[in-house]
Amino acid sequence: MKLNAEEKAMLAGEFGPVPQIAIRHQITVGDFFGAQDFVPVSQAHVMADTESLGEAGVRWLETLASEKVGRNRVCIPTITDPRGTDFTKASALRQAPWMLSLERRAIDSFVKLGVSMTNTCINYQTIQAPVRGEHLAFGDTGVVIYSNSVCGAKSNFEGGPSAIAAGLTGRTPRYGFHLDQYRRATLRIRVEWTPVTLNDWGALGAVVGKLAGNYWSVPILEGLTEAPGSDALKHFGASMASFGSIALFHILGLTPEARQLSDVGGDRLTVAHRIGEAEIRALQANYENNDEIDVVVFSAPQLSLYEMRELAGLCEGRRFNKPLLAVTSPQVKTDADRFGFTETIETAGGHVMSGMCFYQSYAREIAEANGWKRLATNSAKLVNILGGYGYSVNLASMERCVAAAETGRLK
Amino acid sequence: MTQGIAKVPERVPSRVFQARQAMGKTVIGEALVAQDNFSARYDLDRIAGIFSRPTHQLVGQSYVGKILIFDTAKGGVASAWMLHEMVSRGVAPVALVFNSVNPILVQGASFADLTMLAGFDEDITLSVPSGSMVEIDGRRGVLRILDRDCADREPKER
Repeated sequence: MKLNAEEKAMLAGEFGPVPQIAIRHQITVGDFFGAQDFVPVSQAHVMADTESLGEAGVRWLETLASEKVGRNRVCIPTITDPRGTDFTKASALRQAPWMLSLERRAIDSFVKLGVSMTNTCINYQTIQAPVRGEHLAFGDTGVVIYSNSVCGAKSNFEGGPSAIAAGLTGRTPRYGFHLDQYRRATLRIRVEWTPVTLNDWGALGAVVGKLAGNYWSVPILEGLTEAPGSDALKHFGASMASFGSIALFHILGLTPEARQLSDVGGDRLTVAHRIGEAEIRALQANYENNDEIDVVVFSAPQLSLYEMRELAGLCEGRRFNKPLLAVTSPQVKTDADRFGFTETIETAGGHVMSGMCFYQSYAREIAEANGWKRLATNSAKLVNILGGYGYSVNLASMERCVAAAETGRLK
Repeated sequence: MTQGIAKVPERVPSRVFQARQAMGKTVIGEALVAQDNFSARYDLDRIAGIFSRPTHQLVGQSYVGKILIFDTAKGGVASAWMLHEMVSRGVAPVALVFNSVNPILVQGASFADLTMLAGFDEDITLSVPSGSMVEIDGRRGVLRILDRDCADREPKER
């Protein structure tokens, strides 16, 4: 990689060992992908729940944070993805003390490094939406795909160590979706049925993700003519990223880089797949595994204020017999409290949790501790993930999930 | 063809594959191959060291100490941390090989100091028999399928 004077100084250790560790890591990754140079980034978003970090990752963070020589604070706005707990609800989840201790140690280190603990995977809805052309170092696949596709910003999937490195150096290797040639469509899909509910949008994202299949695929979808709104595209993108590792999609006439097919090279592609209602229903049918359920979860991505509003409306006047968990961001939680949504959901017997995500919160251990096996959710991303954690998962609309928390049955 | 070669020399690799993308040191191990994908978060029981996702081709099999050869890496930013954590407990593969790889696994391999190759002229999942001993040279980007006899002897010589 071609380095400028500042980057050479970082690599030589002139800013201290922390930026040196960071830029060394970035150069290894940049060289692997043939990056020519670095690109400055305006924000970094760090995925770093302690289930992923483990003791080894937390120790690494502590080592960085305790360094006395040189610069050991981030130099651009650097924010965090959900934590592995909501400390106020940890007992309801039956999380073990060691989990909370690990979380506290990680948080202490992040704060010392100058990271802002936003604890959210919907920062594009709550903190600051990226703008077209903005270069970013974002973690969380759902955040990246939304920022790239809906906002027209430029980011690769940046895992926690790389996002921290970008926060410390203020740049990232210029490869992948920072380069225009990687943003052109590679797969043309015609959608012949417009999803209605959020879980339908998630299911469409899953079908597209499975068809597209890998990180370097860029699907362009035609046939969707009405803007579905932020929450629909949030579920759609998060699911596509989860099922297919996709980081960028275009929707003809809707997303900013694809006003016309030719803008992203879609005119050179023939329609490779057609997706109708039957394909979406078939995907959903894979996740109709139980008549009776143990727990209902709304999470992944965290709920927006509008989803919280809708959920509160559905919870009004009900009395739950099964646990219902609604997981949102700390920013939304404050407003949900003010607007009475939290109280409505919790009066019905549900739990509103914030700053965490269900699958990043020791999902396997809390399943065992609570006797949760059969789970219902409206998140296609969540059903994809939890299969690997031993759950029997069910994908249904928000309405059906709320009803199931009351009756114990998915009708 | 040259006439008169009576025996196959020792240590001749039976097949050699060149990767376009590579990092890490040289390692030898048993290949665990699947025409499937890989995510540390979605597919593994990282405590037991086995593939746990019910729909994964390798469900129930151990990945510890193996050279994993897959088509591609799936979503899950957490993998960037998880490889490092798995290595710290000694419950990790020794190298990862893909037809194509997403940045997360590359970042994770860099952070964990694992060897990784990607990008071949052929489908690498169809070219390497599962269970064969292979050598991965992360500097040169070379994967060698070792002769079984040679491979069996290799660890004892170290």
